[in-house]
Amino acid sequence: MNAYLADVAVLARKDLRLELRARSTVPAMLLFVVAALVVFHFALPSDSSELAANGMLWVAIVFTALLGLTRAFVAEREQRLIDGLLLAPCDRSAIWLAKTLSVLGFLVIAEVIALPAFALFFSGIDGATVAGVALADLGICAVGTVLAAMAVAGRARELLLPLLFLPLAIPIVVGGVGASVAGEPARYLGFLALYDAVFAIISWASFEYVVTE
Amino acid sequence: MSTWLRNNQVPALAGLAAALLCAAIALIFFYAPVDEDGLNQKIFYFHVPIAFTAYACFGWGAWKGLLVLWKGRPGADLESYVAIHQGVIFGAMTLITGSLWAKFRWGVWWTWSERQLVLFLVLFLFYSAYFMLRYSLEPGPQRENLCAVYALFGVVLIPISLLAIRLAENYIHPVAFNKHGPQMATSQFATFMVALAAMVALAGALYRVELLGKRLDARLRELRELLA
Repeated sequence: MNAYLADVAVLARKDLRLELRARSTVPAMLLFVVAALVVFHFALPSDSSELAANGMLWVAIVFTALLGLTRAFVAEREQRLIDGLLLAPCDRSAIWLAKTLSVLGFLVIAEVIALPAFALFFSGIDGATVAGVALADLGICAVGTVLAAMAVAGRARELLLPLLFLPLAIPIVVGGVGASVAGEPARYLGFLALYDAVFAIISWASFEYVVTE
Repeated sequence: MSTWLRNNQVPALAGLAAALLCAAIALIFFYAPVDEDGLNQKIFYFHVPIAFTAYACFGWGAWKGLLVLWKGRPGADLESYVAIHQGVIFGAMTLITGSLWAKFRWGVWWTWSERQLVLFLVLFLFYSAYFMLRYSLEPGPQRENLCAVYALFGVVLIPISLLAIRLAENYIHPVAFNKHGPQMATSQFATFMVALAAMVALAGALYRVELLGKRLDARLRELRELLA
């Protein structure tokens, strides 16, 4: 168990160090999420309610995550890094867990900027929204990492990931928007936690088959 | 008799499907009573069996996908693909019949509060992406694995989406089944069961025919490559 966690830590550190040196993903995500919020401000009519703005926050989060996920396996595929990872004497699911954690880290950094920006541009956010965002992040990264690994295997690559990811993201958006706007957010948060648990297990179990050729 | 059946499974299945379909249509229009909604309620006997059949196809495709991953069975990948293909066709028919029914029942072609329709829209999008995934990959063991994993994600997505849609919408979908059993007359239930059997048999027959064609194609390609 400890050896497994050590593998995960090493692999995640590799991704974070790559990002720290190349700075290819996180700045793009930050810029994208702020730009998206500005676009949404102009997309919403001036007399629309705060509830509509809450929906926009979720659209921004899902698409920002998509941007990060698109980049997640680029080095693995282009530099054939994946071959080295597969040869390494570690469980394949450790690769998934490490990649999920690093993508989660990038997404959380983007949201640390995005949530205050949203509060500034639109309306204040409450604790339920923050809890919803945190739970949704887990699900987005768990599912998204497997789908990103699938998408880079194909010819279409960047084109494919949104098509695979968005139908699976619909329940996340339902739960997240519910947590933001409903008076009783507990059941929506519970639903998000259920989604996270179910899809984390199936992603963890199936990742090996996705990367093995 | 049994030898004949074994040698002619597909024609037998197709014949059974045709007979059941004729019986179902006869029962729907001459036996099942017209209830308070009027004649438009008859589409129930098509719409709901088609929807159940689509679920069965998706489930069957996921099961075959599981066999690909678990046992590495050759041929299971093709079976999974054909089952999901059938599922998408039946799913599209569910959307069309549901939309027609909604127009006659509620006067609109689409309503977001009809949770089965919304679910089928989500599933339709999800499984359409299955084809995009499949055709962006080179044929081979990796494609088999990826498609199988995606098919498994699908059967997990079905209950999760249903739960999500239930949470999201105040639904006006008529509840035909609940924990007290079917909420309809015995004659209606019998008709419904025949219609369901007919749809499942139809899907099974189409599945077998499609599979035969695909296998023939693959065999032909192999032979051509041997000749070339």
